Amino acid sequence: MAARNRAKLPYLLVAPAVALLTLFVVAPGVYALVLSFQARKVVGGLLGGGSKLVFVGFDNYGLALADPELWSSIARMLLVALLFIPATVGFALLFALLLDVPRVRLARSTRLAIFLPYAVPGVIASLMWGFMYLPATSPIGGDHVDFFGSTTVFFSVANVAVWGSVGFNMIVIFTALRSLPAELYEAARIDGCSELRMALRIKVPLVLPAIAMCTLFTALASLQLFNEPNTLRPLSNAVSSTWVPLMKIYEDAFVDSDVNKAAATSVLFVFAALAVSFVASRTVSRVNR
Amino acid sequence: MSPRLRLLPTAALVLGAIYCIVPTLWILIAATKSKTDLFSTATYLPSFGAGIWQNIVDLSTYQGGIFWQWMLNSFGYALIGGVVASLVSAACGYAIALYEFRGRKVVFNVILACVLLPQIVLAIPQYLLLSKVGLTDSLIGVLLPQLFNPYGIYLCKIYAQSAVPDSLLEAGRIDGAGEGRLFFSVGLRLMGPGLVTVFLLQFIAIWNNFLLPYVMLTSDDKFPLTVGLYSLLRHGAAEASLYSLVITGTLLSVLPVIALFLSLQRFWRIDLVTGALK
Repeated sequence: MAARNRAKLPYLLVAPAVALLTLFVVAPGVYALVLSFQARKVVGGLLGGGSKLVFVGFDNYGLALADPELWSSIARMLLVALLFIPATVGFALLFALLLDVPRVRLARSTRLAIFLPYAVPGVIASLMWGFMYLPATSPIGGDHVDFFGSTTVFFSVANVAVWGSVGFNMIVIFTALRSLPAELYEAARIDGCSELRMALRIKVPLVLPAIAMCTLFTALASLQLFNEPNTLRPLSNAVSSTWVPLMKIYEDAFVDSDVNKAAATSVLFVFAALAVSFVASRTVSRVNR
Repeated sequence: MSPRLRLLPTAALVLGAIYCIVPTLWILIAATKSKTDLFSTATYLPSFGAGIWQNIVDLSTYQGGIFWQWMLNSFGYALIGGVVASLVSAACGYAIALYEFRGRKVVFNVILACVLLPQIVLAIPQYLLLSKVGLTDSLIGVLLPQLFNPYGIYLCKIYAQSAVPDSLLEAGRIDGAGEGRLFFSVGLRLMGPGLVTVFLLQFIAIWNNFLLPYVMLTSDDKFPLTVGLYSLLRHGAAEASLYSLVITGTLLSVLPVIALFLSLQRFWRIDLVTGALK
């Protein structure tokens, strides 16, 4: 009896996760795939005509890829990512190294303050920064600097994203620093190695895996960029309704009601996301080795 | 190191902390202003009138107090979703870590692949599928897709491997404990500290989620805070007096999370996130 239970239990334990995976990852994926190969075509004549779904092969993919707005949205996303990834990882590493300096003051409270924005939703963060950018309410000189200019808007969007993610990444790198054995530094210190040299020559190379993982996390986050530009949109004309790929998919599905084209773009996007994270994670594991 | 040099790292850290706190401080200042003061007084100075009280009253009476319904919804989604997702993750991670069974490798590899797939790109396909079965604009439609947390399962598997010794389970078996009981009374208990982190990560993920509830929900009494405040902002574009409500709502939605966060601080085990790397 016990033996039979032992054989049955793991399946029971795995079942809920597998069921959820099937229903909410696999099934939507397959359904989007099916939709992406169909299109609604008008049938019948002038009288009593309707529309029905017909198989159209790769037409939707052709349509989606030929849409210049998709490519501009990808370009804008890449521009934000170009600012967002290095700034987030760079500041996270800087703050983590500073926290690790012996006898640095106020370490606990500054660490907490920098970590706090992690618990603030992207929408709320964008609201706060949005009002700080808005000329009429800006405390940071929004009446002199145009935070929603054609170039500055990329910095403004990236800034909200950086604000929300530096803290978490800082903690990840800081935890990695803390797990290094203290004896490592003793010899260097006796040899008169400065804290700065020690940080650059000893600490950074040793926490490279954590840095690589943070880079992967932030790269994935930039693909999913949606909340920040979408929330800033009502405050400024500089952000269009198709500013980043996810907003473009949303626009196709819900504003233009072209579910099939939206499904095709979603499928392309899922594959692109998987490709990016696959390459990135391969790089991470190479760094780890 | 000379004392002057030691000040430098501290100063840089303080600058970083200020950068992170300023938006919250400013939203606090802006919330003290009445509708007219918001656009007419110095932006970095608070008003000491009855502005903030009036704003809270206005917000609480806006559409029959719908703001507090949003707050309640957000907590409900995050709490229920967080607890259930952690239990699902714990069960799955425990089984993969401690049992040899057919399909174990396949399940684990598929879950690893899911970790790399940004969940949010699935929101629109999830909506399309759920609208087919009529589950959109329902609480289940928002909750169910957020119960599967591949990263949580991964963390639980790693944690179960190190926290639940095989020998202890063997001893339990010799004493005649059933496999199910071993999971509930030994496994779950030993995995406790790791589970708290998995729960907090998922709680914050659901609390912060916007796109999924945004596409799933149409009736505003089911909105979480993020979607509610966004819809308020959209109305504000036409009616500027709503801006002070958005600002007050933003402040009121940030405060409880910060309080919760500070009080739960010591339960965070971020080293788990990093440790999972190896």
